[in-house]
Amino acid sequence: MRINVGYWRFIGMILATLLIGAPALAQQPDADAEFAEQVAALNARSFDEKAAAAQAIADSGHPRASTVLQALIDSRLYFRVSGGDVVLAEPTDGGFALTDPVTGKEAGTATQYEVRRVVINNAIRGQVRDLIARAGLTSADAEVRRDAVRQLLSNPDPAVAEQVATLIKDEPKADIRRDMALVLGLSRLGSGDPAERLRALDALRGSLADRVRNQVRELAANDPDERVRQQAGAMLSNIEDKRQLWGLAEQVFFGLSMGSVLMLAAFGLAITFGVMGVINMAHGELIMIGAYTTYVVQLLMPNHIDYSIMVAIPAAFLVAGAFGVAIERGVIRFLYGRPLETLLATFGLSLILQQLVRTVFSPLNRQVSSPAWMSGSIEVNAAFSLTLNRLYVIAFALLVFFALLAIFKRTTLGLRVRAVSQNRAMARAVGVSSSRIDSLTFGLGAGVAGLAGVALSQLTNVGPNLGQGYIVDSFLVVVFGGVGNLWGTLVGGLSLGVLNKFLEPQTGAVLAKVLVLVFIILFIQKRPQGLFPQRGRAASEG
Amino acid sequence: MTVKMTPSGSATDLIPLAAHRRILHGDLGGKILLGLMAALIVVVPILNLAVPSDSPMHISTYAVTLMGRYLCFALLALSLDLVWGYCGILSLGHGAFFALGGYAMGMYLMRQIGDRGVYGDPVLPDFMVFLGWEELPWYWLGFDQFWFAALMVLAVPGTLGFVFGWLAFRSRVTGVYLSIISQAMTYALMLAFFRNEMGFGGNNGLTDFKDILGFSISAPSTRVALFVASALALALSYLICRAIVRSRLGRVVTAVRDAEPRTRSIGYRTDRYKVWVWTVSAMLAGLAGALYVPQVGIINPSEFSPLNSIEAVVWVAVGGRGTLFGAALGGALVNYAQTLLTAWLAELWLFVLGGLFVAVTLFFPRGLVGLLRRREGS
Repeated sequence: MRINVGYWRFIGMILATLLIGAPALAQQPDADAEFAEQVAALNARSFDEKAAAAQAIADSGHPRASTVLQALIDSRLYFRVSGGDVVLAEPTDGGFALTDPVTGKEAGTATQYEVRRVVINNAIRGQVRDLIARAGLTSADAEVRRDAVRQLLSNPDPAVAEQVATLIKDEPKADIRRDMALVLGLSRLGSGDPAERLRALDALRGSLADRVRNQVRELAANDPDERVRQQAGAMLSNIEDKRQLWGLAEQVFFGLSMGSVLMLAAFGLAITFGVMGVINMAHGELIMIGAYTTYVVQLLMPNHIDYSIMVAIPAAFLVAGAFGVAIERGVIRFLYGRPLETLLATFGLSLILQQLVRTVFSPLNRQVSSPAWMSGSIEVNAAFSLTLNRLYVIAFALLVFFALLAIFKRTTLGLRVRAVSQNRAMARAVGVSSSRIDSLTFGLGAGVAGLAGVALSQLTNVGPNLGQGYIVDSFLVVVFGGVGNLWGTLVGGLSLGVLNKFLEPQTGAVLAKVLVLVFIILFIQKRPQGLFPQRGRAASEG
Repeated sequence: MTVKMTPSGSATDLIPLAAHRRILHGDLGGKILLGLMAALIVVVPILNLAVPSDSPMHISTYAVTLMGRYLCFALLALSLDLVWGYCGILSLGHGAFFALGGYAMGMYLMRQIGDRGVYGDPVLPDFMVFLGWEELPWYWLGFDQFWFAALMVLAVPGTLGFVFGWLAFRSRVTGVYLSIISQAMTYALMLAFFRNEMGFGGNNGLTDFKDILGFSISAPSTRVALFVASALALALSYLICRAIVRSRLGRVVTAVRDAEPRTRSIGYRTDRYKVWVWTVSAMLAGLAGALYVPQVGIINPSEFSPLNSIEAVVWVAVGGRGTLFGAALGGALVNYAQTLLTAWLAELWLFVLGGLFVAVTLFFPRGLVGLLRRREGS
């Protein structure tokens, strides 16, 4: 790339002038003929000629220029074996559907023996990408401009800098302006004047982008000017420190997001296991049912994906809750006070539910698409960005947590649930229908598992084995946090998630999980009651 | 609460100890089981090797191997019943001991391949050559000797069982907590064995075995010998388990099952008794795994999967826990049913298995043996 600088500068100047005058040129009647000639030149013998032709096409300002260039780098540009005409080709079964590159009209079909691909090398590919990016700089669409500037960031050169310098003044979007400033600064780092380079360094201060770091490192090591070297060195260590700090922040964020998933999965268990003392091995399958409910809701409203999740959340709660009540009424009711039998029976139920989903849907994974407002990310800086869907999951987990807390502490239902779990006989004596409360509590726990399923469906694919992976984990969270304590589940889930993510880079994902398991087993040795042990009468009975 | 869940084996529990000098006294089911094993050991080799293959009496080598596998599962169920039925410890991780025994045997079989592997390395198994390893890891040393491997088949699961049991029982982790921790143990081992860096063949595990003790592993006579070995192991293990539960130690263990705090108050170190029984049970499970691997010809990390362990629990429950022979019966029968059903309707099997879990706990808490006894009584 370095060799090309002189060449680039020359081209760039032409380009800058031409691009501004482009719309006018496109109106001329003979523009099509000229453009056709340039396109035909793409099928030249040497790569140099092809590069020149690509350049000419970009300079032409023809409305179809970017279509042709994009086709060139996407390997969709072919030429006819007889005659050598360049065409756009889309593969169909048995051959290609052709399009005229100049007019955009259909140009019949061809078999695979009648056309050949226009071959280019990586140098041309990079050049064409830049050309498309430059054309995109003046686009009215902010999205296109943003991508264009990003592309230029990876290969900024002084030629394009002048164009950017004029555009930056009129750019309405702040983040694009920031990236443009980076392009300017980076291109000036290559300037021959040491003072100019120092100014560019100043302008780049505070940026953590990869490209900036690499350039500054290069200057710190090899710049002929002593002052530039020193300043670049100081900046480099600053950048490295900051990147490390942000890297840490990113790990905490990933840990929290993983922890909040664990937490959501464990809340339902904290209710059924923690409050009621029922071991529900089908808990994972209730999560799975929640995820499948999300999937079905999405199938039912294909035109409103953005809102389907709003329907899915209550739907999943109700469906999973209904399953929960059915399980409690049908099986668990008969097994109170026999935890090992409950464990076996609910495990059997989990097998049945899994197979049910396999039979009804399919053994294959299903994709649930996230609504548009949940995709994307908030970019804090080049080294740290928050993925929106994970952020929403964290917020959702906290919301569920506080809702549960409110239910248990502030509502009559919560009061009765606590009463039954503390002293069943006394609660019955004062008129609480304990068997109804059992059903409702179990239904609530199951419903919360369904909510966890909605959250999970936004992060991974939905499959019959979805819940299985979470059952052991969520039991560990509940046991670690302390049975019968929602705060314990919150702290337990989050800290296990963060611990896992911090171990992962050192040991790999699988070993990290093993280490966390071993850690919990050892932890329970020391504190069998978990982080937040229950106190008082309830504890001594358990 | 614990008293209610006790299946409490036979009514003979009330007879004074002195009448139980002989291990099998009053144990009709055990006698039938041992008689059955003796019959199988004599009849099956004859029907397979001596009877010509076109005769209707002939048993194919495939069927012999299949029965051998059922016997291994029966042995696993037996070991599980020793801790669950007599000590009240519901292990959801016995598959881990089974798989560890299997891996120990698999390592021996791997070393026996020698230079007949795909890469032809005289010492390193194929997967190590594939990973570019230069020499054998230290924990593979010695596995070229059968006696060493046989020792490890018992020692490795035994050691894990001892350490796990010692940690868990000493800090009085009981009931459901112990079940979940044991499940976590086998889950962790599964994840660990999936890693190539562990040196146990990763995802693919150990397979492509050629010889055992110099005999080709696929030869019908070797298959029959392995079947006979499995039957012998089951019979012998039954006697060992029976001896344990009939001994003074066994009585204490049963007392722990029924009322642990009370037993502790009398002055028994209940945790030591539990560790003892738990370790023996782990070793028996390892033995089952070691006999299983040469018959199926492969061992991989999926044997550690929690589902396998919990399935073994259902075998015991179906057969009838706290009876030993009932567990062995359940292990063989449920697996036989699985073979039949997966051949007919593969989809149905999980429904049936799940239904078994629910039905056994809700309607037949004493399993098949309980049903038979009830009929006898009425």
